[in-house]
This record gives sequence, structure tokens and C-alpha cells, in this order.
Amino acid sequence: MSVLPLQGRPANPRVGLFVTCLVDLMRPSVGFAAVKLLEDAGCIVDVPVQTCCGQPAYNSGDRGTTRDLAMQVIDAFHGYDYVVAPSGSCAGTIRVHYPELFEEDPNWRAKADALAARTYELTSFLVDVLGVTRVDASFDGPVTYHDSCSGLRELGVQTQPRRLLGSVEGLSLVEMKDSDVCCGFGGTFAVKYSDISGAIVDAKARNVEEAHAPTLLAGDLGCLMNMAGKLTRDGRPIQVRHVAEVLAGMTDEPPIGVAKAPAVK
Amino acid sequence: MSARDDIFANIRRSLGVKGSETIRRQIVADRLERAPKGVIPKRGQVSGEDRIALFKTMVETALATVTEVASPAEVPQSIALFLRNHNLPATLRMGEDPRLQAMPWSETALEIAQGPSEGRDLNAVSHAFGGVAESGTLAMVSGPENPSTLNFLPDNHIVVVSGKDIAGDYESVWNRVRFAYGKGTMPRTVNWITGPSRSGDIEQTLLLGAHGPRRLHVVVVRD
Amino acid sequence: MTVHSTSPQFKQNAARALNDDQLQKALGNVKQGFIDKRQMAAAKLPEFEALRDAARDIKNHTLEHLDLYLEAYEEKVRSSGGHVHFARNADEARDIILGICRDAGAKTVTKGKSMISEEIGINHHLEANGIRPVETDLGEYIIQLRGELPSHIIAPAVHLNATQVEEDFRRVHTHLDAKRDLSEPVQLLTEARAVLRERFLAADVGITGANFLVAETGTSIIVTNEGNGDLTQILPKTHIVLASIEKLVPTLEDASQLLRVLARSATGQEMSVYTTFSTGPRRSADADGPENYHVVILDNGRSSMLGTSFEEMLRCIRCGACMNHCPVYHAVGGHAYGWVYPGPMGAVLTPSLIGVDKAGHLPNASTFCGRCESVCPVRIPLPKLMRHWREREFERHLTPATVRSGLQLWGFFARRPALYRFATRAAMGVLALAGRQRGRFAWLPMARGWTKYRDFPAPQGETFQARWKRERQGARA
Ligand code: SF4
Repeated sequence: MSVLPLQGRPANPRVGLFVTCLVDLMRPSVGFAAVKLLEDAGCIVDVPVQTCCGQPAYNSGDRGTTRDLAMQVIDAFHGYDYVVAPSGSCAGTIRVHYPELFEEDPNWRAKADALAARTYELTSFLVDVLGVTRVDASFDGPVTYHDSCSGLRELGVQTQPRRLLGSVEGLSLVEMKDSDVCCGFGGTFAVKYSDISGAIVDAKARNVEEAHAPTLLAGDLGCLMNMAGKLTRDGRPIQVRHVAEVLAGMTDEPPIGVAKAPAVK
Repeated sequence: MSARDDIFANIRRSLGVKGSETIRRQIVADRLERAPKGVIPKRGQVSGEDRIALFKTMVETALATVTEVASPAEVPQSIALFLRNHNLPATLRMGEDPRLQAMPWSETALEIAQGPSEGRDLNAVSHAFGGVAESGTLAMVSGPENPSTLNFLPDNHIVVVSGKDIAGDYESVWNRVRFAYGKGTMPRTVNWITGPSRSGDIEQTLLLGAHGPRRLHVVVVRD
Repeated sequence: MTVHSTSPQFKQNAARALNDDQLQKALGNVKQGFIDKRQMAAAKLPEFEALRDAARDIKNHTLEHLDLYLEAYEEKVRSSGGHVHFARNADEARDIILGICRDAGAKTVTKGKSMISEEIGINHHLEANGIRPVETDLGEYIIQLRGELPSHIIAPAVHLNATQVEEDFRRVHTHLDAKRDLSEPVQLLTEARAVLRERFLAADVGITGANFLVAETGTSIIVTNEGNGDLTQILPKTHIVLASIEKLVPTLEDASQLLRVLARSATGQEMSVYTTFSTGPRRSADADGPENYHVVILDNGRSSMLGTSFEEMLRCIRCGACMNHCPVYHAVGGHAYGWVYPGPMGAVLTPSLIGVDKAGHLPNASTFCGRCESVCPVRIPLPKLMRHWREREFERHLTPATVRSGLQLWGFFARRPALYRFATRAAMGVLALAGRQRGRFAWLPMARGWTKYRDFPAPQGETFQARWKRERQGARA
């Protein structure tokens, strides 16, 4: 299989979905929402066997493990036209940081560069690469949107999700104060410096509440679990979902941190 | 090894510099000689009336006041009026600047004192070397003509600047400084002044007159 | 030896800060004011981003030729009648300064704001030798009265409120009427102005820092809004400039480029009120100005940062924008960092200067949100440099054992996709079952830090890869 240059995009590009370890383990429905959005846009989606992009090791200073995992990902996703992740943070790791890992290894550096060049965050891929301007979905009521840091600052994901949300029938977007300020997740930071993380997510939860939208969306499951966990802990009745779920019209599953309603017999 | 030699040796070691440095030396000498300008904001690149207008706007943005007079002969009256309007005593300290000395101070009731300030003066006037329209900045040079203490000790500082000395950008002022003092040579002090003294150190509240002048008043002379 | 550090106790410092209501209120001021003002100043100047690039390039160029620019600078200071002293470390710098003060017969020394002077702990050294140092920047003056370190590099007293300042003034300015009204900030300012005016006029030596040193002319540059740095240097007989090696820039033009981004990034001003270019002692005809001009150039570990990835940190122009935009700084303030330099720039610089064994927490206490890098006027990749510290800690086995073993275990599975799928499938099944009732956990044994402040959402159950295999690949087969 050949890798196509970005300009000459194939009509039905083969997309390797990097589902991300959090979505894989915690909230597979986000992955299926991503698949639907990609398939609706004409992509042929495949999911090679995968574990994690290596970011936890990378941010803990463990370059050795990170490099091993990066090589694993590079091999697994070799041969797709594009690699797409429903996460700015994981896509950012592949796009921005993988090449940095192989500065002394020209052979792997070239492979890392090649993968980086065709890896995208989901909403940015839909809008910037595929030129999608609207989705076929409806949602009832106002939502507010949190810009996750890596997507925003490493990949420039900001207008794309808003643009797509704008096409969802019945949905209105209410901006919260400081939507571009960190939620305090930071991976292992949330556990290692829990007091500080707790204070940061507290400020975020207040801003979310003050937006007076019953639903909070974002593009990264880590941030979403952090914010959802804080909102449920404080008893704030705000539903938290990944933006892909709403864009794909797949909101049957209960929001993050909420139990399934008991089946009616 | 002396501390100096040690530090230089460590810098060179860290930078991996060894042996012949002809090229590095050439690059450095060249930059010091040419002093390339870099990015000059378009904002200040206007001339004539527009430049003076921009300068005045920016001076006011920096919370100073500004007025214009048609000739040096009108400066004393204008300053006397400014002091009166602010209920300030009719006293004024100045240096030996010939441009100021030549002005008709005797036409006013101002009591003039000469020389540097010792910290008890309320009002002083200085003549600026130039102005920068880009940010409403005054460029002052030290010397017997305009002692530096006058820029800082009095409560009210009045600065006279000639319209033709108002440049668009800082770089133009540096060119004039080089012309006046020689390339690579500076007066003891060049002060860029942009507005009156202020502090935000108490609860981030902006207050004027921290240690330097509470008021800065600029008189632009159109000659 | 440098100033005592409590960086090893970062976590305890942070916990205390988070529970300090007064501090939390004061930190609100940082969040509000600085960010909007910088944003507005940047928006008003179309060339701002290009200037940031230029600023970065100037600093890089200078650092790559630092030995030569230092030589040129030194030569120019000498030829304009000044003296240059080099100090390898804090001890040497303190002794040089003490020597100059003694030669001047100094009893009182006024000081402009200088982070380097905090770094070398000069005040304590002067006091111990019978010389009285007086901080003259209003914020520095206030924290000197309190015996504290600055909590912010451009707003040293940002952690205090007016009532606290009033208490300090009443405690120290005992020569003034005890019944005077100090209820308004402007009254506090007026009082400080009057008290410090006397100190300025009486001082024998004035010590300032330097924002930049210009090789072309042998000039030192300081930037203030109060004018205190100017009164510090033009009134006493002797002016001492204390600066570190990386303050060098080639020319006045280069300094002007950097000045265009400095104030905008720091306070959102077009230009600070007073930008002062000082070259040598007063000239023979001058009516005022210092008779002696000394520059003390400090290394203190910086020359060893050149040629490493941390060289980029030497571009820092101390604007404070990184901390103004940092969620961690907003949460805990500057003192929690435990040494002279707080916030993201401190998290990178402090381990270089006092050792990563002492300051190891600082580069770890970051979410890597990247907001600091996005506003840094000289484009220092602060998160990347913090990560480099984490890598060094990991290599040197300074990373806590629990974190290491956790990473090892996780890495073991993550490297083995088949085993990983099997194990995670089982684990998520169990976790989902356990969390089925509420959809979340209020307590989890492995994640107590997490569940102390928030619930842990329960997984949906079957993993994505398992379901994908079942639905798609199973169907295809
Ligand atoms: S690191 Fe950058 S943003 Fe922070 S103080 Fe230094 S120059 Fe300013």
C-alpha cells in the first residue's frame, strides 16, 4: 500500500483509527462515534492492534519505554493514508513528539516524520483534511465546549469542533469563561499533585457551571473524566460527553460517570 | 585561574569553541558595526502632521498630558499656564540647556532655579533630545544641560520637545545619538520616559507618582 | 551558597498555599489583570509575533557568541570609565559587592529591583557586615519589611493585600503619627514615597540589576515603572550593576527589539515608564550622576547551561508572562516554588541553579498545558525543558519509586499488545461491574490522589478493541 501525499487525497482514504488507550478501556462508544463520523465522510476505517501512544512514559521522563511504544505504533500504523485519533493529546504526541524521540536515529526518524505528517485529531481531520462542513446529527439544547490543551496549542484545534457543532440540529453552543484554560488533568499530574489538580479543576467546574449549559463537551477523554469526576463529586448536574458522540448523533450511552438506567422488566 | 578567565573558559567549552575563531569574530564585529534594525512596527512609520499626532496620542495613552506651541518663545507662557491650571506654585528648576535658556522666562512670573535637583523641588523643566511617536516616548540625555535628577525628583516634570526631533521609532533616535556622540559612545544616561511614574504593587491597583513625578507634561514646539 | 530553598517541600508549600484564603484572593488579581492587558497590547501591534521571533533570534545569536560579546562589552565599559568584575558564584558576587561598598565607606545602600540580588542573597550579607540595604521598588520594599522572598518576578508583593501592607507600615514607620489614615492604597504609596525619598538622598551606594547589557556601547539597561531604579543609580556616589552573563545583547537596535516585547508581555504597556541606558560614571561636565560605576557579572552555573538543551532558558528576559498564564502558579502562588524564581521559568531554571535533586518537584508540577510557551516573548519551549528535567530525574533514579514501578508494570503490558488486550479486557470487565450501580467510584485504591477531589468514572465494560473484533472482524471472518 502506498502512502499518498496530503494534497492528492484519495476519495476513500484508508484511515487507521488510533482509538487511544483511554477510549479503548473506558469509553469505547467514543471510538465507535469516531468510526461513524469517518465512515460517513467516506473513509475506510481500520483498527490495527494497539495499546498506548506512550505519553504517560514520555511525560514521566522515561524515554526508553516511550521509544519502544512509539516504534510499536509506527509499525502498526504503517500503510494507512491517515491516522486519526479522537484526542488532541494522543494525536499531538504522535504528530509533534514522536519525531523528537528519534533525533539520533535517522532511520526511525524518517518513519516517525512520515507518520507524524499523516496523523490528525478527529475534528481537525474532518474539517481541515476532508473538508467536512456539516454532520448529520441532532442534539437537544445548549452545550459548552472545553478546549483541551494539547489539541489547542500543539495542533490548533479550536474552530473545527465548533464549526461542526454548529451544524448539529437543535444544538446551541454557549462559551464558558476561560474555555482555553487547562482543566488540571495533566495525566499523572492529577494523581501526583492531586491538591493542585483539585484546585484547578475546581476553577474549571465553576466556569462550566456559570455557562449554564446542561452539557459539557471536549475532545479528550482524560480531561472529560477529570471534569466529569469533579462535577459529579460536587453534585453539579451537568452531563459530560466527548464531542464525537454528539457529532455522530450517538448519545444513547449515559454521560461520563453516570450509570445506565436499570433495565425495565 | 581568575574568575574571569574561568567563566570565559567555561563558556567556550560549553559552546564547543576551539582554535581559530576568525569567522565567529568576524560575525560579531560585523553585527556590532552594522547594528541591523530588525522589525520596525509600521505604526510609527508616518511623517509630518501624522507623526506628531501619533506622538501626542501615545503620550496621552501613557497617562501624560501634552500641548503644542508654535515657537520656543511661547513655551514659558504655556508652562506658566499649566502650573496655574493645576494650582501649582510658580517655581521651576532647569539645567543649562541653551534652548531653554534662550526662552523669555522673564515674561512670566515664574521663579526659576538652575542646576540639578536635590530632592525638594516641586516643578522642573527639561529639554528632550527627541521623541518617539511609536509609543509616546521621550528620549532624554544626561549632561549639564539637562541633569538627570530633574527627570525623577520633582513632583511635576515638564518636558519640551522640538517637533522636528520627534522620530517614528527608537532606531531613528539611536542614529541621532550616534551622530551626536560618536558610534559606540553614549552619554552617561539616556532615559526613555513614557508617562509619569506609577506602581501597581499594592493589590495591582495602578497609582501614579510612585517615586518619580506624579505628573508628566509634554510641550511640543513646532518650529 | 545561595539563598535557602524550600523547593524540596513543594507539596507541603502548595498545600499551605491552597488553604490560605487571603493568598487565594490575591492570586485572583494575577489571573484577571495581567492576561487581558498582555492580550490587548499584543493585539494592538500587528508585528508582535514577528518581534517575538526577532527577540528569540537575537538572544540565540548572542548566546552562541557570548564570549565575544562579553569581551566587547567589558572593553566598552572600561573605556567609558567603569569597572567590570566577574563572579563565578554567589559567594564571589557577594564579596565583590561588599568590597565595593566598604571602599565607598557605605552605611546605607539603596537597591533597585533585581532578581539576581535575590539569587545571591546580597541583603543578608550586607546586613551581616553592618551595611543597611534598602529595597526601593515598592513591592520589594514591602516584602523586605516582612522578611519574605518575592512571589512574582515583576510583582514581588502580589500575594499581599493592602491591609497587610498597612500593618507592616505601622509596625516599621514608628516615627510617624500612629493615628494617621492609611486605609487607601494611595496613602500607603504616599507614605512609602516619603520614607524612601529620605533613603534615596542618604544612600552611599546604589545597586541595580540589568535587563540588558549592550556590547556595542558598554551600556546597562534597567526598566521600571516607579523610577526607583533611577533614583537608586543617579543619587549615590557609586552605582553597582549586578547582572548575569546572559543579559548581553549586541547593539542598541537589538535591545530596542527586545524592549518592544518586554513591557507588552509583562504588564501590557507599550513601553515601561522608565527605560534607562547607563554607560560608565558621570562625565566631567555632568551636574549629577554617580562618580563610580561598577558592573558585577555573575555566572552561577549559567555557562554550563550553554550547549545543552537548557541553553534556551538563557533567552529569558524575566517578563513574568509564563507565570501570569500558568494554572499551577494561579493555584499556589510564587512562594510554593520555594526559591527565587517561581512559575514555569522557575521550574526550568531553578533545577539548573540549585540542583535537580532539590528542585525536582518543580518541573514535575506541570500539566504541560503549554500556555506559558504560547506567550513567552522569546519563545522558550518551557514544557519541553521541564520534560528534559523529568528525563534527567528518571535517568538518575530520582523519580519516586512508586512512580517508577508503576510505569514499569504499565510499560510491560503496553509493550505486549496481545497480553494487554487480554488483561485490560478482564480488568475493565471487573471495574465496570463494580461501578455499574453509580457509574463512578468515589474511592479507588490505586488512585487515591484522584478520588480525593473527584469521582472516577466507571468504564462502559467491554473494551473498544474487544467489541471491534467481535462486531467487525468477527463479521468479516
Ligand atoms: S520564560 Fe519567557 S515568559 Fe517566562 S519570564 Fe522568561 S521570557 Fe517571560
